[in-house]
Amino acid sequence: MEKMSRVTTALGSSSITGRTMFCHLDAPANAISVCRDAAQVVVAGRNIFKIYALEEEQFVEKLNLRVGRKPSLNFSCADVMWHQMEENLLATAATNGAVVTWNLGKPSRNKQDQLFTEHKRTVNKVCFHPTEAYMLLSGSQDGFMKCFDLRKKESVSTFSGQSESVRDVQFSMKDYFTFAASFENGNVQLWDIRRPDRYERMFTAHTGPVFCCDWHPDDRGWLATGGRDKMVKVWDMTTNRAKEIYCVQTIASVARVKWRPEKKFHLATCSMMVDHNIYVWDIRRPFIPFATFEEHKDVTTGIVWRHQHDPHYLLSGSKDSTLYQHMFKDATRPVDKANPEGLCFGLMGDLAFAVNESLVSSDAGRKPYPGGDRRYPFFSFKKPNPTEQFAHVSSALSVFETDLDSSRMDWFVKTAQLYLLSGKPFTELCDHNATVAQELKRPQVSTTWTMLRIMFSDPAPGPNHSLSKLGSLPLMNSFSMKEMGPESRLERCKGESRPDNVHLEPGNSHISNNNEENEETEGSDGPTEYMFGDAELDDDDLYPMEHDNQTVPEEPVYTLPPEAFQLRHEIIDNPSAPEHLQQDKADSPHVSGNEAEVACLTPIESFSLISISQPLYSPHLHASFFCPIVREMLSHYAERGDVQMAVSVLIVLGERIRKEIDDLTQEHWYMSYIDLLQRFELWNVSNDVIKLSTCSAITCLNQTSTTLHINCSNCKRPMSNKGWICDRCRQCASACAVCHHVVKGLFVWCQGCSHGGHLEHIMNWLKNNSHCPAGCGHLCEYT
Amino acid sequence: MASGSIPSFTFKAYGEDNPRQVSGSGSSSRHHSDSESEICPTTKSLARLCSRDKDERATALEKLSEKILVCLELDRTGSARLSKETLLHLLRLSRSCPLQEVRMRATELLCIAQEEGIEVPRALASGPSAFIPAKELLIEGLNQDILVESFLSLGRVDHLTMVMALHPSYLSCFLRTQHALFELDGPLPRDWRHYVSVMAAARHHCSYMVQQHSKAFLEAGGDKSWLSGIKHAPVKLRSLHTLNKLLAHRPWLITQQHIQELVCAGAEPRWSLAELIHAVILMAHTHSLCSFVWGCGLNPEPDHIGGYAFHPPSPSHIPRSPHSPAHEDSRPELVDGAVEVEVLMKRMVELQQQQEEEECTQEEMVTRFERQRSESIPTAVVRGAPPELVLGLVEEPEFRYEDFAPRGEQSPSTMRAQDYSWEDHGFSLVQRLLPDMGQFLDEEFQVVSNLTYNRMAMHEDVDTYTLRKALWNYIHCLYGIRYDDYDYGSVNVLLERSLKVFVKTMACHPEQTTARIYHAFWRHFRHSEKVHANLIVMEARLQAALLYTLRSITAYIK
Repeated sequence: MEKMSRVTTALGSSSITGRTMFCHLDAPANAISVCRDAAQVVVAGRNIFKIYALEEEQFVEKLNLRVGRKPSLNFSCADVMWHQMEENLLATAATNGAVVTWNLGKPSRNKQDQLFTEHKRTVNKVCFHPTEAYMLLSGSQDGFMKCFDLRKKESVSTFSGQSESVRDVQFSMKDYFTFAASFENGNVQLWDIRRPDRYERMFTAHTGPVFCCDWHPDDRGWLATGGRDKMVKVWDMTTNRAKEIYCVQTIASVARVKWRPEKKFHLATCSMMVDHNIYVWDIRRPFIPFATFEEHKDVTTGIVWRHQHDPHYLLSGSKDSTLYQHMFKDATRPVDKANPEGLCFGLMGDLAFAVNESLVSSDAGRKPYPGGDRRYPFFSFKKPNPTEQFAHVSSALSVFETDLDSSRMDWFVKTAQLYLLSGKPFTELCDHNATVAQELKRPQVSTTWTMLRIMFSDPAPGPNHSLSKLGSLPLMNSFSMKEMGPESRLERCKGESRPDNVHLEPGNSHISNNNEENEETEGSDGPTEYMFGDAELDDDDLYPMEHDNQTVPEEPVYTLPPEAFQLRHEIIDNPSAPEHLQQDKADSPHVSGNEAEVACLTPIESFSLISISQPLYSPHLHASFFCPIVREMLSHYAERGDVQMAVSVLIVLGERIRKEIDDLTQEHWYMSYIDLLQRFELWNVSNDVIKLSTCSAITCLNQTSTTLHINCSNCKRPMSNKGWICDRCRQCASACAVCHHVVKGLFVWCQGCSHGGHLEHIMNWLKNNSHCPAGCGHLCEYT
Repeated sequence: MASGSIPSFTFKAYGEDNPRQVSGSGSSSRHHSDSESEICPTTKSLARLCSRDKDERATALEKLSEKILVCLELDRTGSARLSKETLLHLLRLSRSCPLQEVRMRATELLCIAQEEGIEVPRALASGPSAFIPAKELLIEGLNQDILVESFLSLGRVDHLTMVMALHPSYLSCFLRTQHALFELDGPLPRDWRHYVSVMAAARHHCSYMVQQHSKAFLEAGGDKSWLSGIKHAPVKLRSLHTLNKLLAHRPWLITQQHIQELVCAGAEPRWSLAELIHAVILMAHTHSLCSFVWGCGLNPEPDHIGGYAFHPPSPSHIPRSPHSPAHEDSRPELVDGAVEVEVLMKRMVELQQQQEEEECTQEEMVTRFERQRSESIPTAVVRGAPPELVLGLVEEPEFRYEDFAPRGEQSPSTMRAQDYSWEDHGFSLVQRLLPDMGQFLDEEFQVVSNLTYNRMAMHEDVDTYTLRKALWNYIHCLYGIRYDDYDYGSVNVLLERSLKVFVKTMACHPEQTTARIYHAFWRHFRHSEKVHANLIVMEARLQAALLYTLRSITAYIK
């Protein structure tokens, strides 16, 4: 009832009008307060203590309370409050610890009424009881709060916070006896004015000082606190434990907080450092201020709503020595400038992306990343609250998660293991590798292999003859051929017998490998353009190679005992080994016949590209024509991080490309690839690569630490010299324990007793026995 | 020439101590040094002494002795068998390692070395401090835990730490701040941080701090030539000169313009605000630490120049004994002293209970403040020439503290503590520009302002709040910071003249602190209490300097 009547009296009699305006003060303000009828405001600071009347267009100075030639420190105000019932009564808190009351009704110039000097340190805050005329509360740096009865000369009760300084005290708006106090150590205490011995309840609200607190004018349970930790928190005090119900994160420490009248969820804050603006927050929307007043040039020290039932006028005082009246309609609304779109990368390569929902829906055909698109509803309110004045923005959040598989290196390991780098004819290697890539879902790599095969593969041994037969085929035919029956396909196979195929064992399904890849390359329009071979220069291409390699077969025998490894070594660089070439030349006609047979036996489902494109070979292009392109391609792969591809192609192409790329780069690639392989513990592959490499710097990797130090099995001394006889005990050191012959080749020995012998012998022996064949009694184990 | 000597210096640096670097970037150069001096005890073995694992420490100790013994067996002449660095390191271990077994072993090894005919260095100082008897600062006592901790993490326990260990709760937060300031991520590179500190320490002619930070500077990979003179340092560092000078002696003169010169867009070389605030904190921290070093009369570390000698003590050489002056003072009357303490206590109690019957006018309060501020406390007029070590590092060495406002002159306006305080303003600014640093400093200030053992001289259960407050406010008053709510009359009541002399000397002209001044005040107080006073002065000074600078920065960013 009372509230109702007040509303009518206050707003009814003189409805407030005005505009955004300001006036200069003589000195920085520390605090401001308005009188009950909202017509006057008092400004207090270290060197100022004045009352201004709020008129329609301007502030008018009404009274200077700072009198005397050299005013005492009692005038140096940290805080001021105008009584909300008695319009002549003011109280100030002085920096020297005095609490002073002022009576404007006094006839003399000096309006000072009472002076309490009970606090030892600066008084930070004074607060009148909202309804009681004579009750004044103060909170000081010395950690005490005092309650004064203005009819008496001294305080009626003292409350000890038992801790550091009191930063703010506020009487509850609804509970007659309750007040809240906030402390420098982060605590908030609730007191009953009748019980000075002990606080009713205490809780830690902030880390670091709590600079201010404010009771909600309507909701009796709500207390807002602001602290140095840059937060405003709203506490529900009705429950047993104070519960934090809202939290607003600001950008600077919060010096003052004031609930906005008539708006349940709004409050105004200002900061004492760095940030000069005043913010009005909707506590339900804590991320962006509802409204901002940006007029001040220095920190705002005091804010107050002009009338306790009018939400449209805010007064503020500042260190920049100005007093402002802000009209709410003139405030800036940050939300209007806010960008509802956002984009962010996650640590693992995820991408989150929020966009205004209207944009999303309009773009219905959007095809998100296949790796996994999850749309999170975001910023979308379940039920829009009509009391909220925020513009509703809803954004859709999409999170694109990087496919975990794609970031793993499985493909690398698989590729490394499955790739064939040597041991087969060039085309076959290419086909094989293309298939591998295709199966690992790396179409580009796969295509590359296929194209390489096409570019570099050797055309049929009798190119002229093949051309004469098929050269006139137009491009289109290559595709239409798919529809041909099996017979015609066989025929075609016959016609284009290629030298490479000679090396196939019957039954090798090289051609069938191509079926997938065919589909794939059809899609890309590239291959047909590149499919030039050269018939004439073909021989040049082959013969030098042959000459180069003629020496190869003799060379390697010295190293390894025949049991150890298959001698793949010799053919590395030349998928088409010299013997075969010779053979080709010798009896090519026969071979082509053979080939045809082979093809017939092979279940064929479609054509390899090469067979289709061969007719298009221009007889004038040399394979080296492609070298620059291939070189670029390799560099491209290497730069993209796929050094595997670069090296594999390098090895498979061998001499065809090697000269095109400078040795350092090659070496670099090899080293990187070998390093990677070793990280994945692909020792065999890495060894293969080392063996196959043509860089001397790389091949010599295999020559390092190849020495095996052994002890003589008889005298246990180190075997120093080469040969089979230990020069100390003059015995054959590495005799087989089974057959007693010297082991020249693979020697296996037990690490427990150091006896051993021929691998086969030992294996056989240990199949039936568990003891050492030498009879030493050791239980050897062969794994 | 300079570059030629760097490798050996690097070795020295690593050989000395730098366990922090063990797992860090220094590894390559350490390998280098390993190979260079294979036979000498290497960094590794020295660093392992700081291992947290007891067994590993024991092993490292064994290995170290083994190595040294091996070195001694080598056929080389005389002292060449063990490097000077090794010897000094052993010397330091033998004197300051809080782990007994290490200390004993190091001593033993030095003895053996001496028997083998090697010239062994000898520490000149008898203890960490020239003022405080060594027995008060035992490295094994109640405070051993924190010393061990500091040894294990820093690889050494320096004199500063040993003296501060009298107040372990402070020491631990001091070490945290120091670590954050010099080691943790920050806008300035590590070597720069130490160089800034060297510059700051040089202002107070504090060769102790200069040497400590020079060494750390080199460890952090700094350019040796910078240390030979500030003119070799980059222009950007040199541009700090004015700020350094003002911060050290007259912080109240720092204005927005000084900040602007360094930070504004046109400034070349330009400082970022974060860098600047880092440098400012480094400088202020070092300045106040210099006060402490001088105020406690810290002796040079055994491995500092002037901290050791190779020649045997000459008969005429009397070790600088810290004992004498106080107790052999001309005024031996103990009774009188006890009375002094009691009088002081009575005054404190009175002040605490005083209900301010007399109301002071503001004028009177101001007068009291002014009186304190301008009271002529005779500080030594003789200004020793700066030691050679710091000569090249100081520009304008003649710029000194001058009284905030000499009597009769138009004084610069005082700073009101209520208008710009650490709690409300300074903290937020530092925290904003250099996250976490504000927190560390805040903690340090709080620990110091709350530090008390509730005792005074021979009395227990005393509330020393008023005394501590008086001390703190007196220093702030010397720096022109005024608290409205403090009655400066009580400073006169509580702080005797000799104490004021000490405090003012230490805060404003630290390099002139002498044993006489130190022993003249609080003659019946414990040394730990005097160190406590030192701590208060140091922190108050730090805060005052910071407040002025931060205020200017605030004004600038406004």
